[in-house]
Amino acid sequence: MTVPVRKFDAVIVGAGGAGLRAALQLSEAGLKTAVLSKVFPTRSHTVAAQGGVSASLGNSEPDHWHWHMYDTVKGSDWLGDQDAIEFMCREAPNVVVELEHFGMPFDRNADGTIYQRPFGGHMSNFGEKPVRRACAAADRTGHAMLHALYQRNVRANTQFFVEWMALDLVRDEQGNVQGVVAMEMETSDIYVFQAKATLFATGGAGRIFASSTNAFINTGDGLGMAARAGIPLEDMEFWQFHPTGVAGAGVLITEGVRGEGGILRNSNGERFMERYAPNAKDLASRDVVSRAMVTEINEGRGCGPNKDHVLLDITHLDPEVIKSKLPGIREISIKFAGVDPIKAPIPVVPTCHYQMGGIPTNYKGEVVVNDQIVSGFYAAGEVACASVHGANRLGTNSLLDLLVFGKSSGNSMIDFIKHAPKDLPVLNTADVERSVARVDELNQRSSGVEVNDARLAMQATMQKHCGVFRFKDMLKEGAEKILEVEKQVANIVIADKSKTFNTARLEALELQNLIEVAKATMISAEARTESRGAHVRDDAEDTPERPNGRDDQNWLKHTLWHREGNQLKYKPVTMKPLTVDTIALKTRSY
Amino acid sequence: MNSFIDEAELKRILWRSRRGLLELDLQLERFVSEALPGLSAAELEDYRRLLLLPDQDFLEYLNGKAPCPDESLRPIIARIQALQS
Repeated sequence: MTVPVRKFDAVIVGAGGAGLRAALQLSEAGLKTAVLSKVFPTRSHTVAAQGGVSASLGNSEPDHWHWHMYDTVKGSDWLGDQDAIEFMCREAPNVVVELEHFGMPFDRNADGTIYQRPFGGHMSNFGEKPVRRACAAADRTGHAMLHALYQRNVRANTQFFVEWMALDLVRDEQGNVQGVVAMEMETSDIYVFQAKATLFATGGAGRIFASSTNAFINTGDGLGMAARAGIPLEDMEFWQFHPTGVAGAGVLITEGVRGEGGILRNSNGERFMERYAPNAKDLASRDVVSRAMVTEINEGRGCGPNKDHVLLDITHLDPEVIKSKLPGIREISIKFAGVDPIKAPIPVVPTCHYQMGGIPTNYKGEVVVNDQIVSGFYAAGEVACASVHGANRLGTNSLLDLLVFGKSSGNSMIDFIKHAPKDLPVLNTADVERSVARVDELNQRSSGVEVNDARLAMQATMQKHCGVFRFKDMLKEGAEKILEVEKQVANIVIADKSKTFNTARLEALELQNLIEVAKATMISAEARTESRGAHVRDDAEDTPERPNGRDDQNWLKHTLWHREGNQLKYKPVTMKPLTVDTIALKTRSY
Repeated sequence: MNSFIDEAELKRILWRSRRGLLELDLQLERFVSEALPGLSAAELEDYRRLLLLPDQDFLEYLNGKAPCPDESLRPIIARIQALQS
């Protein structure tokens, strides 16, 4: 077997914000840089980010990176690494201004400076009062960012390989990364992209859940490839959820609907929030509402044939109010739930939005395993865990993460490439052969489990056993179930064996990546017996020693899930920032 | 199956219906499974051109927030919209 080899200085997998920002750094340094993407770069999921990007520019009122750092540490429920958080918040004004110079059409003040708006959790003077820190381009911040970065990359001669799917990482016998194996969708031909430095910027894996706001492309390809190559995944139990997405679709219903009088009901038609929050009822906080919804479903009072969602009822509101105040919601409901909310309630369920964990890196984007840098391997963006988001992400820090760590990875790669031997080393073919064999096995299997069935089983298991609110017994059962689903995935079959744009095969390969993330999530979540940030359990009691169930004595540490034997190891949180004092542990309350 | 187009080309269109926005994925998934095989050659060409639009613009036109400036694409947009209600 000979697999053709293409050679570069740097290869980047993923062309969203992080991948494009890193590529720009490398190409502008004159390095031969390849970027592989499953879809056209400006159709990466970064395009969905609307809220903005935060930076303490202080254009409207005094602000400071140290205050931004405090908000980020607090948001992370102290699980974020304070060196990486300091780095990100200090760099924020630089990368935002740079992006402005790249042609990003930010909203502006009358004096021409970037307009900044308030955003949840952004405070001045260490949590004192709200501050305007979010920079946006109307409601298209991610879209504008992708376009500005893509144009700039074209100018810098970045080589794009569009509609290519990376399959596996290539490591030599010492574990140094040599590049990736990738498939051209058009032909199903497999190539090796050999490079001195390899960056994963493949985004998150929100599609492991039945209900997710993520686009279909978010299948955690980088995480699957890393796991198969023996790289552990960090803090995968932490996922951000939104309480009300349309069941079966994932499109969000704004919380404003409950503000207008929307009522949550179970299968008995009962307004169940009265039992959980007698005063606030349906207007209780996000956590309380999510917990109540999941408890109702878990206790068998969910709706629909699978009893897997609840109902958001606005049928009692004046149709004119719905039409005038909630037109977007009516449209979403008709389109994605097939229900006119004037006549019938909307099926809703807590919905996954963002992945905090990922491939373990330091703030330079270098992948770190057992305190050792994995030579030649880098990760940035949602696929990576630097860790700046810790147990929960502060709003607008995701776009900032892409810019800061895309750039810092790019710089680290430039430095590494300049010091590397001029000629690429001999390629280790063992990983290449394993990757080709994985595809061959799919091509040759003639009977087994349908890809769609296995995927649905995985998504239902994750949603039911490891969703927004978690129960000890359900997690235990879930860990067993997901290993059963893994057996199904190991036996998936595709009927279509054709070569050109074989979408069935692509979806099978994506599922092989998703299942790694699902296992990492479930197993890490079952083991962490506290509540912290977005990981909330029924058995972690709120006591004076453990406020909100957070157990700093035993759990102020990062999880590292290893694919081999589903082993869990842990490493300490970096509490020491780069130049300032530690932001000391405190109860997280807003 | 449309006789004027080969299966490979249809599958390419299928893949390109995968977008960066979930709302587009959901609407196009339904459209390609229910309507794509029955499109005329001209409609298919229109759909191919539609897929070249930036995601945020595409979604605005589909949601009726703004009319598509290219009038020749409005009929195919209307066909996708018709499947949703």
